[in-house]
Amino acid sequence: MKTILIFIQKEFLQIFRNRAMLPMIFVMPLIQLLILGSAATFELRNIKMEILDQDLSPASRELTARFQHSPFFIVSNNANDIADCEFALDKGWADCYLVLPEGFERDLVNRQGAEIQLVLNSINASAAALINAYSTAIATEYVQSLSDGSGQSIPMIESTYSYYFNPEMNYPSFMVPGILALLITMIGLFLSSMNIVREKEIGTIEQINITPVKKYQFIAGKLIPFWIIAQVELAFGLVIAWLLYRIPMEGSLLLLFSFTAIYLIVVLSMGLLVSTINRTQQQAMFVAWFFMVLFIILSGLFTPVDSMPGWAQKINIINPIKYFIEFIRMVLLKGSGFAETKHLFAIMGAFAGILLPLAMWQYRKRE
Amino acid sequence: MDKERIIIVKDLVKRFGDFTANDHLNFEVYKGEIFGFLGANGAGKTTAMKILCGLSKPTSGEANIAGLDIYKDTHNIRKIIGYMSQRFSLYEDLTVYENIRFFAGIYGIRGKEFKKKVQKLIEKLNIQNVAHTLVGAIPLGWKQKLAFSIAMFHEPPIVFLDEPTSGVDPHTRRQFWEMIYQAAEEGVTVFVTTHYMDEAEYCDRVSIMDHGKIAALDTPAKLRETAGAVNMNDVFLKLVRPQKAEL
Repeated sequence: MKTILIFIQKEFLQIFRNRAMLPMIFVMPLIQLLILGSAATFELRNIKMEILDQDLSPASRELTARFQHSPFFIVSNNANDIADCEFALDKGWADCYLVLPEGFERDLVNRQGAEIQLVLNSINASAAALINAYSTAIATEYVQSLSDGSGQSIPMIESTYSYYFNPEMNYPSFMVPGILALLITMIGLFLSSMNIVREKEIGTIEQINITPVKKYQFIAGKLIPFWIIAQVELAFGLVIAWLLYRIPMEGSLLLLFSFTAIYLIVVLSMGLLVSTINRTQQQAMFVAWFFMVLFIILSGLFTPVDSMPGWAQKINIINPIKYFIEFIRMVLLKGSGFAETKHLFAIMGAFAGILLPLAMWQYRKRE
Repeated sequence: MDKERIIIVKDLVKRFGDFTANDHLNFEVYKGEIFGFLGANGAGKTTAMKILCGLSKPTSGEANIAGLDIYKDTHNIRKIIGYMSQRFSLYEDLTVYENIRFFAGIYGIRGKEFKKKVQKLIEKLNIQNVAHTLVGAIPLGWKQKLAFSIAMFHEPPIVFLDEPTSGVDPHTRRQFWEMIYQAAEEGVTVFVTTHYMDEAEYCDRVSIMDHGKIAALDTPAKLRETAGAVNMNDVFLKLVRPQKAEL
């Protein structure tokens, strides 16, 4: 035990003496939360829409006004014909254009069903889908308001929404817990693997191997400091997230930190594994990045896991980041307790139970 | 004279794929002697030393350190040896004092015992001024002496030095050898590899390695006599075949 403490003391001395380390630990999360917390959003605003009103009727003006009043659209009426609209789309002055054809009002009044045409720049397919959905919503609302006014009811299915667990549809509340998960994963994976490989690179590991230090003491001495730092990082990140975004903390923080403790064993074991198969810090960095990018993209942070193809969802079964993001969202936003998350504890415990012995065994073997 | 044998090596072989780094080595080292291990670069000196230290496993053969088997008693061997590697391997981002404290701590030298010993060492090396300086900032000669002192801090009966003086100036090399002599006088067995032929003269006995085999093993004087050479340099050149091109 004393030997492990001696290692931990030495690691902390080196970590805090490294000038790049403190900024990395404290400035990096701040910047990431600041930028990603508000930039990484699925919501679209300031959609540039060109409206070509060929009807020039009260009805078409009313619909145009509804788009103008929407917070999502910036509407212009400069186009005289379709060619102008196409040109604006080509030049990127407009993201989409809406054509209200002649006879729009007449068809509406006659209840024949009026047609309008929306043309979208679909280079960004998901943005295009969103614009379509927003536009349809505005048009539908307008038609509904007509029927309400006239007193004649049109049979129509009305859907109402209530957004549970994130009532204001606040994107930072959704993104920030995920970003916190990324941060501590990065700290755990990169710092630990690079640190061990660095000892190989500078040759000090040989001097350690010659001493009676047991492997488990060395590994514990290496991993515990990063285990502590990552937990501190999470606490720091939570404070920043609360100060900047007031993200909700519905669940128990004790539960969150307990889960993180297990999760970090998994991440640090991965770091140890990466360090056993690499001789230089560059190699370690590259391999760590490879897994990091793969796991992040599959994790459900940026795109919902449910919309991934079946094989990708299968890969996700072994993606610890996915479980951690799921957990942190459940606890912070939904206020889930141990009863609702115990399956995640079991999964993460199993990961730790497999990866740590595997990494230690691999480390011994490579000696 | 009946000398106590502290290192016994029998038919030691180490292969890396097709390459045989150590080809049936047989030798013994006596307690308290300075045993020189000479050879060209790539002759297999470091490989043999790493096996004796338990850093690497031999392909076949036997070796025994102070009665401990290198296959079975690796952990106990580590307690009784000191080692200084070819590459400087102290932590450059720790101070002199912190390095000593760390390595001493690993060997279980802590608290009062440590404070007393570290005080003595700092005085002996005359490094009071740099005790709290980062190791990365002190001159190479001092680093080497410090590395040797740290390897000796837990008072091992055997110390392995792998080219300890490569890259340091002649003056520092001289001082370094004085430290080795002093250790040997105190009864420590010193196993040292080098490719400086003048250093070979300082050893009690010298073994010359060539292409993974021991080409000669004797006192420097006997080696000179047998080879009919004036100095160790000549002995070396006569015994060691030039490196083959395919190597």
